[in-house]
Amino acid sequence: MTSFGTFIEIFLQALIAGVLIGAIYGLMCVGLGIIFGVMRVINFAQGEFLMLGMYFTFYLVVGFNMLWFLGPIVGPYTGALLAGPALFAVAYVLHRFLISRVTGISVAGTEGEGHYVQLILTLGVALVLQNGGLILFGSTPQSVRTPLSARAWEIPLLYDANASLFLNKARAVAGVVSVVVAAALYWLINRSRLGKTLRAAADNASAAIYMGIDVDRAYRIAFGIGIGITAIAGGLVATYNPFQPYIGLDFVIIMYAGVVLGGMGSILGAFWGGMTIGLVQQLSTLVLPTQLQNAAIFVVFLLIVMVRPQGLFGRATERV
Amino acid sequence: MQVRRKLIAPLLVIAIVAIAWISLGMVVTNSYYQLMLTLVPIWAVMGLSWNLLSGYTGLISFGHAAFFGLGAYTVTIALVKFDITPWLGIPLGMIVGAVAGIVIGYPTFRLRGVYFALAMLAYPMALLYVFVWLGYQEVPLPMKREEPALYMQFSDYRVYIALAVGLLVVSLLISLAVERSRFGMSLTAIKQNEPAAEAAGIDTLAWKMRAIMLSGAVAAAAGGLYAVVLLVVTPDSVFGVLTSAQALTIALFGGIGILWGPLIGAAILIPLSETLQAHLGDVIPGIQGVVYGIAIILVVLLAPEGVFWRVRDQFQRRWATRAVQATPLAPHIVTAAPAPATPRKPILAVSGISKSFGGLRAVTNVSFEIGDGEIVGIIGPNGAGKTTLFNLLNGFLQADSGKVVFAGHELIGLKPNRICRLGVGRTFQVARAFPRLSVLNNVVVGAYATTTNDADAFAAASAALAQVGLFGRADAIAGQLTNKELRLMELARALAGRPRLLLMDEPLAGLASQEIEDMLAVIRSLAARGMTIVIIEHTMRAMVRLSERFVVLDHGAILAVGQPSEVINNGGVIEAYLGKKWAAIRARS
Repeated sequence: MTSFGTFIEIFLQALIAGVLIGAIYGLMCVGLGIIFGVMRVINFAQGEFLMLGMYFTFYLVVGFNMLWFLGPIVGPYTGALLAGPALFAVAYVLHRFLISRVTGISVAGTEGEGHYVQLILTLGVALVLQNGGLILFGSTPQSVRTPLSARAWEIPLLYDANASLFLNKARAVAGVVSVVVAAALYWLINRSRLGKTLRAAADNASAAIYMGIDVDRAYRIAFGIGIGITAIAGGLVATYNPFQPYIGLDFVIIMYAGVVLGGMGSILGAFWGGMTIGLVQQLSTLVLPTQLQNAAIFVVFLLIVMVRPQGLFGRATERV
Repeated sequence: MQVRRKLIAPLLVIAIVAIAWISLGMVVTNSYYQLMLTLVPIWAVMGLSWNLLSGYTGLISFGHAAFFGLGAYTVTIALVKFDITPWLGIPLGMIVGAVAGIVIGYPTFRLRGVYFALAMLAYPMALLYVFVWLGYQEVPLPMKREEPALYMQFSDYRVYIALAVGLLVVSLLISLAVERSRFGMSLTAIKQNEPAAEAAGIDTLAWKMRAIMLSGAVAAAAGGLYAVVLLVVTPDSVFGVLTSAQALTIALFGGIGILWGPLIGAAILIPLSETLQAHLGDVIPGIQGVVYGIAIILVVLLAPEGVFWRVRDQFQRRWATRAVQATPLAPHIVTAAPAPATPRKPILAVSGISKSFGGLRAVTNVSFEIGDGEIVGIIGPNGAGKTTLFNLLNGFLQADSGKVVFAGHELIGLKPNRICRLGVGRTFQVARAFPRLSVLNNVVVGAYATTTNDADAFAAASAALAQVGLFGRADAIAGQLTNKELRLMELARALAGRPRLLLMDEPLAGLASQEIEDMLAVIRSLAARGMTIVIIEHTMRAMVRLSERFVVLDHGAILAVGQPSEVINNGGVIEAYLGKKWAAIRARS
């Protein structure tokens, strides 16, 4: 086999891994993107909610084995999906008592100031969740193993009988579930009555109030949905990746990079942004040592905010 | 003189804190409390470093661990690999920190607000992985038994306490020097209104770069000493998010934008979290982070600017009830001289400038000249491109094509602060004040453009305030002014830079009729002293009385130029303002 053939094989392998991981990243970015788009809130703690989604799935499926009746394959994925409603409830309450104090109509006039306060408040929430997680869950890395984690589909490459691609089944299923959940959410936002309410509140909060929409409630629901979606993504990551309470930090940058890249307010944009980051991460392994994979993401993130910061809030120049 | 007297109190406080701390260190014998007495000053220094950048400029940094970690690793690697003593390693680390400030600051200062904060987070995270990759997972500092003092290794722990306090004193003095000079004032102006600072002649990028270099050097010094004290460095402990969060929390908790803030924050939070860590750390491993998290949440909800300001506001409120409101002095009246009739030589020549935003052509091929000492009105319906034209002239926007020559200098391509320094002053449609500074300090910021020492700047600012009749309100806080006072203050800020050409964007907007008369009197008095003034204004009646010439813009292009009486009878102008029907009626009568 030629070295070029080997390169193609490695490249395609990285490409497939990138698409699958990218789909999961896309889903978590969609969660952050909804919070961003509807509430214009910078949530620094999004990565920690992803971590909570992982531990929720872990305790439900492995710790207490409450989904034994679903079997070893369906159980973990059901657990991941259940993390959505569970974390929705947590986020709903958190918004009611904490986040709503620094967001919403009350800070609408103080654009810049409001963001700082939100960023710093959610940093506090992140620290509490991260270290509270360490207290509750311990620092030992955990994982939600399924029989699929160690299995792969082998896809033969037609041009060479000796070459084939391996598709990890756990990642493949997680990727497909991510796409389905993201599509369902897309339908919810664009077609349902609730979605219309959320979009109205996002577009013009004061006008929405005059139309009889409870904007504070809309914000709370958006916050809950955003967190819930990211938690589902966390549960899916848990099926193929070991985790500990500090894992959120690695993902928060990925999420922001994806959302900034996709342009805010667009669910599809956030998904494709996440997908791009997944591809960049996996393809970077072709040229960089694995330890620098995460460093590469941070560099890409920096490049994205430098080159296209208006992706986030749309307005490039300030009127003077 | 006055400035010097104001410095005595803070210097005294710094001396007392240092002496008290060292005395405490002499008495305490428990090695654990000795470590705490060393860590509090080190983290206070880290908080001061954060405050130097983020507290004064308002650009929140989530990545100060980058500087701290680089300082710590510079000292460690210098000692381990090259046998360089920390006495030299720490200064070396400070240089590395300052250079990192340049490398990080230059690209990142293009970002604002949230983007800046998030981008700053990425630097230490990337560095963390790079240092792990380089194989520096856990680097112990080697013991030097022969000449310990030469390698900053002491058996008597009190020396470390003294070193930490020494570093703290230096950092406090640096902060004090920044706070009480045009450095700090410029940073504060940037924090409160960056475009206004730039238009008032402050080179905002240069000041921010100086701030991040200084901040990086101070943080690196803290990191270097931290490595020396703890004798082991890991990427997580120095580049980790908790390090950045700790710097931010300490400053934010104690009070931002003031040198006492980080001191208060460190003195309360470090003993609290370290004690909890020591007593409960084995049982509850993450307790330190939880404490910081809760501290941040409580501060944001209860005292968003920190403990220092909260307490000070409490005291001031008690004071204010007793204090008597100062009565404003009578405005300084200047009578206008009649305008000279001789032809003027041009001071500003605009030729063929254009600007479009995407498909929208905001300004199209505009050319005109302004004579020295002239008052020219730029009029035109809403959306005609008047403010865009001003933004092109003072450098907020870059023209797509065309030339602007002011007193022999080409202005296109220059930054607003350079254009201001060349002698082009500007006021804004919506007055842009530095709301939390006093009226005098607002104007002083404008005076920095043309003065080199602070006394001159204050004198120029006072003169400018007198010129607009606002001297009696010099000590008021800008946020409390009326609309008219705000506009006069903004005018004074522009005047303090001694401009030859003044661009005024709707100076009469929102003023009552008597206030308009006052404002017109001030503008005429400026013209009488030979200043060239270009005004955008809608109030046609006032403009006809004030201007010698009109430039009429419509849809971004020049519609007419000429004497006010000619222009207001020009059919095209009437049509642009009132529509075709009115133009036809005027033509018939």
